[in-house]
Amino acid sequence: MWKLRLLLLAAAAATLVAQMPKYGVGRPATADQIRDLGTAIAPDGGGLPEGSGTVAAGREVFIARCAKCHGEKAEGAVGPILVGGQGTLATAKPLKTVGSFWPYATTVWDYVNRAMPFDQPGLLKAAEVYAVVAYIFNINGIIGDDQVMDAKSLPKVKMPNRDGFVADPRPDVGNKVRR
Amino acid sequence: MQDSKRSSRRKLLRIGVAAGGAVLANRQIAKAAEDTPGQLGIPLGPYGERSPFEKAVRWRRDTKTPETGSSFTPLQDSVGTLTPSSLHYERHHAGIPTIDPAHHQLVIHGLVTRPLSLSVAEIRRLPSVTRTLVLECGGNSGSEWAAKTGPDVQRSYGLVSCSEWTGVPLSLLLSEVGVQPGASWVIAEGADACRMERSIPLAKAMDNILVAYGQNGEALRPAQGYPLRLIIPGWEGNANVKWLHSLKLTDQAYMARDETAKYTDLMPDGKARIFTYQMEAKSVITFPSGGQTLPGTGLYELTGLAWSGRGRIERVEITTDGGRSWVKANIQEPRLPIAFTRFRLPWRFDGRDAVIASRAVDESGYTQPTREALIGARGTNSNYHFNGIKYWKVQADGTVINVEA
Ligand code: HEC
Repeated sequence: MWKLRLLLLAAAAATLVAQMPKYGVGRPATADQIRDLGTAIAPDGGGLPEGSGTVAAGREVFIARCAKCHGEKAEGAVGPILVGGQGTLATAKPLKTVGSFWPYATTVWDYVNRAMPFDQPGLLKAAEVYAVVAYIFNINGIIGDDQVMDAKSLPKVKMPNRDGFVADPRPDVGNKVRR
Repeated sequence: MQDSKRSSRRKLLRIGVAAGGAVLANRQIAKAAEDTPGQLGIPLGPYGERSPFEKAVRWRRDTKTPETGSSFTPLQDSVGTLTPSSLHYERHHAGIPTIDPAHHQLVIHGLVTRPLSLSVAEIRRLPSVTRTLVLECGGNSGSEWAAKTGPDVQRSYGLVSCSEWTGVPLSLLLSEVGVQPGASWVIAEGADACRMERSIPLAKAMDNILVAYGQNGEALRPAQGYPLRLIIPGWEGNANVKWLHSLKLTDQAYMARDETAKYTDLMPDGKARIFTYQMEAKSVITFPSGGQTLPGTGLYELTGLAWSGRGRIERVEITTDGGRSWVKANIQEPRLPIAFTRFRLPWRFDGRDAVIASRAVDESGYTQPTREALIGARGTNSNYHFNGIKYWKVQADGTVINVEA
């Protein structure tokens, strides 16, 4: 018994050693640094900030900040089309949009927040991002006119293509040499 | 006679260069044209440039916004197995940031015991490794799915390059911060304007990913992620996040735009394959290739490049009769895993149409498939991860065209 205990003790010590920093470089990341980099949003909504936005408010944000590149009706111009395409994925001419293809509502929030407007990323406040994302979902028929987007409601939005992704089974071709 | 010949040659060369406009190049070329014994060359310089006679450049596809898009490596002009840093393909989503390394930090946080902030200088002090690795965009030759391909090898296959990369193993940095139980993914983020984000499985991070600071013997180029980027052996370019400033350990993939809306392969049934990271074996003949002209019949050396995200190239076979018969090409040693492998084969052009192609087999036994086999399995909507056999047609007059175009 004592032998086993000794062994366990040694194992625990070894784990501890493995977990100690070996080189001791760098310095503890500060709370500020981590907050600045904490904009990545998990599909379960982890990381979403406070704030909320309505479809109506989102229409205004869209006209003011997005329409010049995506078109008044989100039909696409300098930036891609942001509406339509549902039901086309299995056809010869699939139209992949936020509405028809993107599986998670959180991804739209995350991407608009980090990358849009294209020429001034980071410009929008959290409430404006909630609003404009609500508007994009609304024109795609995903949420109703009165639905409000916030940290609680957004991850619950079920995108039309939520179940449209499958694991990659490759190698699916190419394993036999043709002679 | 001699003099007038020389001066007309000089004139010709001068006209050719006037368009380029570089004063130094003008002087160099004028000197070369004069070939007068005893004339001194140009002085030594601090940072080298290629000969003004060399013209290979990247080609960039027109986009509505110049900051997002891709530029293609001129594979038809490449010799050997490395891509010069200046000709490495590019794919950016929000322009190339200018980053002062003195102010750049890599922060590792999330499910870790000791969240760390590291400067570039500190990372460079850690035990490093150097590896020659191919980097290929997940969308390389994507236009082949619909046969709307470019006319030459650059525009149809040029989103691939090979460099020697130097950096610190990510596993080393992760043991410094102490990964907590339950962590299974690493979310990498770049410091470009759109803060490009990708999710990477922890198992791969612990295996062979580098946090790279060096490329081809010097610091990374800004277009390649200066001062720090991920290098993920064998995986699609987009996951190799450039301008790396954040690594967050999590218990789930974050389903970022570039791993859901983009870089996923849409199948005929409307489902899309997700997390297709590894690039499969591929090869292409770079000479003779689309847009080139053989000056006459006789002996030539066919040559091209092969690579595989799975490891070494085992062999490359070449057909000059449209796929009826295949012969083994000579392979340039050493063959490095996941790196450009140069192949060559002497060939006699007899002045009749010849349809030529190469087919790579990697050490896992995987054989580069035909375009038809790929389409048979995946349809034509998938856009990404195309690695089909590429045919060129050498026509009777010596001109070479893209069969698929
Ligand atoms: C200056 C032009 C411009 C402005 C303004 C702009 N965008 Fe964009 N947007 C783009 C471009 C260009 C892309 C494609 C970027 C890429 O593919 O790398 C894009 C992509 C997107 C996408 C991804 C679409 C897809 O299917 O991949 C979304 C969503 C989006 N924009 C939303 C917005 C919203 C919301 C606003 C306003 C807050 C906005 N954009 C403002 C140019 C713009």
